[in-house]
Amino acid sequence: MKAARWSIPLAIFLVLLAFLWVGLGRDPREVPSPLIGKPAPAFSLPRLHEPAATLSNADLKGKVWLLNVWASWCVSCRTEHPVLMQLAASKRVPVYGLDYKDRPDAGRAWLAQNGNPYAASIVDLDGRVGIDYGVYGVPETFVIDKEGVVRYKQIGPLSEEAVQKTILPLVQELEK
Amino acid sequence: MIPELGHFALILALLVALVQGTLPLVGAAANSPRLMAMARPAARAQAVLVAFAFGCLAWSFVSNDFSVQNVAANSNSELPLQYRVAATWGSHEGSLLLWTLMLGGWSFAVSLFSRNLPLPLVARVLSVMGLISVGFLLFLLFTSNPFERLVPPAVEGNDLNPLLQDPGMVFHPPLLYMGYVGFSVAFAFALAALLGGRLDATWARWSRPWTTVAWSFLTIGIALGSGWAYYTLGWGGWWFWDPVENASFMPWLTGTALIHSLAVTEKRGAFRSWTVLLAILAFSLSLLGTFLVRSGVLTSVHAFATDPARGVFILAFLAVVIGGSLALFAWRAASVGLGAAFGVVSRESTLLGNNILLVVAMASVLLGTLYPLFLDALNLGKISVGPPYFDAVFYPLMAPAAFLMGVGPVARWSAAPLPELWTRLKWALGVALAGALILPLVLGRWSPLIAFGLFLALWIFASTAANLRQRLASTPRRGLLARLGANSPSYYGMLLAHLGVGVFVVGVTLVKGYEVERDVRLDVGDSVAVGNYDFRFLGVTPAPGPNYRALVGTVEVRKGAQLVETLKPEKRIYNASGQAMTIAAIDTGLRGDVYVSLGEPVGAGGSDDIAGAWSVRVYLKPFIDWIWGGALLMALGGFVAVSDRRYRLAVRRRATAFDAAAAPGAAD
Repeated sequence: MKAARWSIPLAIFLVLLAFLWVGLGRDPREVPSPLIGKPAPAFSLPRLHEPAATLSNADLKGKVWLLNVWASWCVSCRTEHPVLMQLAASKRVPVYGLDYKDRPDAGRAWLAQNGNPYAASIVDLDGRVGIDYGVYGVPETFVIDKEGVVRYKQIGPLSEEAVQKTILPLVQELEK
Repeated sequence: MIPELGHFALILALLVALVQGTLPLVGAAANSPRLMAMARPAARAQAVLVAFAFGCLAWSFVSNDFSVQNVAANSNSELPLQYRVAATWGSHEGSLLLWTLMLGGWSFAVSLFSRNLPLPLVARVLSVMGLISVGFLLFLLFTSNPFERLVPPAVEGNDLNPLLQDPGMVFHPPLLYMGYVGFSVAFAFALAALLGGRLDATWARWSRPWTTVAWSFLTIGIALGSGWAYYTLGWGGWWFWDPVENASFMPWLTGTALIHSLAVTEKRGAFRSWTVLLAILAFSLSLLGTFLVRSGVLTSVHAFATDPARGVFILAFLAVVIGGSLALFAWRAASVGLGAAFGVVSRESTLLGNNILLVVAMASVLLGTLYPLFLDALNLGKISVGPPYFDAVFYPLMAPAAFLMGVGPVARWSAAPLPELWTRLKWALGVALAGALILPLVLGRWSPLIAFGLFLALWIFASTAANLRQRLASTPRRGLLARLGANSPSYYGMLLAHLGVGVFVVGVTLVKGYEVERDVRLDVGDSVAVGNYDFRFLGVTPAPGPNYRALVGTVEVRKGAQLVETLKPEKRIYNASGQAMTIAAIDTGLRGDVYVSLGEPVGAGGSDDIAGAWSVRVYLKPFIDWIWGGALLMALGGFVAVSDRRYRLAVRRRATAFDAAAAPGAAD
């Protein structure tokens, strides 16, 4: 089979292509967070819209909630924002925002313009709480259960698919 | 207004590229000179439009137009001018625009320097390049528009990644892309040959200079990236087998094989289908590299911007370009033929051996790079493949290649009798063996690996010298100067590049063999002895920078009682992003570097106590600069080789090219 010999490079490439295709659907950064199954790190931070008042994780005990790390300077947050707005409108689960290393006025202006999906946002001016939560890329989203235990962490923008297939089913299970 | 003009120019460029990618190709198939003649003006118009768009983006960066999302995300008003310019290609969108600009530039160059080429060939080559450009412009316009506006505009930009705020990073991407994209010319020539069914010595001669120039740029680009990693990452390493480094190294290995294969095709008419395959592979690997970096399928410090939608687009593009060209290869390669036969021991066989080693090395790097992806895709877990794999696989493959490098240029074409090879190379072998046994003792410590590395380097030097001596002896001129002058630049370019490999091997061997790395805790006034040097830490003081605050340490380096150098390693905190950067202080020398970098403050007052003790990294890196010196010599060799007049002479008739090459003992 002389002709077959010339097709070997093509065949190898097609196999490679199949692997790349599968690989594309996966996230190499989807490393299990060491926080999963552990109590969410404690915080008590000023609220974005009422700087005089604070919000701490103890206030949220007893309900399942999402912590979404965002910032007005974060470009990827713009892609996830419509998904968050939709999630907020569905009222399935409250989303709390952690405005990470951001100027509060810039954060408020950003929410005023793009819509505010958050039950409340807190301001992490120097990023200390972000460090406790192991934030290394904004946006990130944590699912936290009634006992205040981190159950899931999403690195990077939430997609419609991630919300429908992963986050909401998990929330439903945790709320039982 | 200016960003919109840039955006509009990109759209026009896409339309022109569509014309450039289709009509001349149709013209070549239908033998219509009018359609074929459109290739050159279309290529030039497209290049000018892309250059204009690039200029618009650069202008937006220089003028701090934060209403452009790309500028707001990657620049800052405090950023010094040269880095604002460099920030143009610091983002995903900008780097793709640079890619497209380079492609335009190469197309423009082909349209200028192709007067001697037959019109159908020019039409096909420029068309193929136009089609590649179409792919990139579509990608830019639909998934990565660099001119996207930000409403409302940002007051201040987000700053360029501090890692990229470095002179090395200003030049690294353009040079690397010059290389990457330059392989598109060889690729287009290969496809044109497959389409036209014409692949001979003249074809190889046309392809050679383009490939060599691209390879030389790629060599410099990789060397710059490696040097940058050495002095900015603060760990003193010069190669990490990071997926992105591998992505640039795979085209380099294939390009190296391609250069040598092209030489054989030009001189002997052999290796034809192999040459075509290598040309396709070199550019395919450049594209694959772009995919790996930009799609985020592999974790890497380089993957700044990742987005699945973009990944799907690039993958589809890869499937079309690489799949299409390999399918064309499968269909047409048989008609191209294998070319002339050659003996088991001959220059051809050594070059083939080296080619195979290079391609196997490339495949092993590819396997190592993608292995984590394969396992993940098969649900076998997430792993990462590191330096131990690459070191274990790569060096054993490159050692025989380095050895063959000494034999090949001395061997005769077609058949090289072993006794003759032995006479020509016995002195070189003797010198290399003796040096390998003795030199490590002089340098300090004898170990088999150091001796072996030095043997290879000395073997390359000595066999290159033997080659030059023999060449000069057989040059029919009187006097040394006349004999030197009678040989071609391409011959000297080859020697220079091979010497570069030798210099590189010296650097790698001695750094790996003799480097000293000490991480120590030093209080102000403390000293530490490393090697023959004494390092005295005089504390850290704050210092302002244009867009960062720096902490500058002072370390006195003494040899005996004599002060050799005062090193000032820095720790920088960038204002806009708050990111920290380590800038090592390096005393560079021909015989090695003294490298000092600051770790963290470890004084009693915790991490804010900058006046107290610090952890300090003190490294001695013998002969490390030879690594980059060797790479620069290789690239210089490439440029010298291309200056050969032979490439610019009017093309002789096809028949004579083969006759001349087939004459016994035809040189280089």
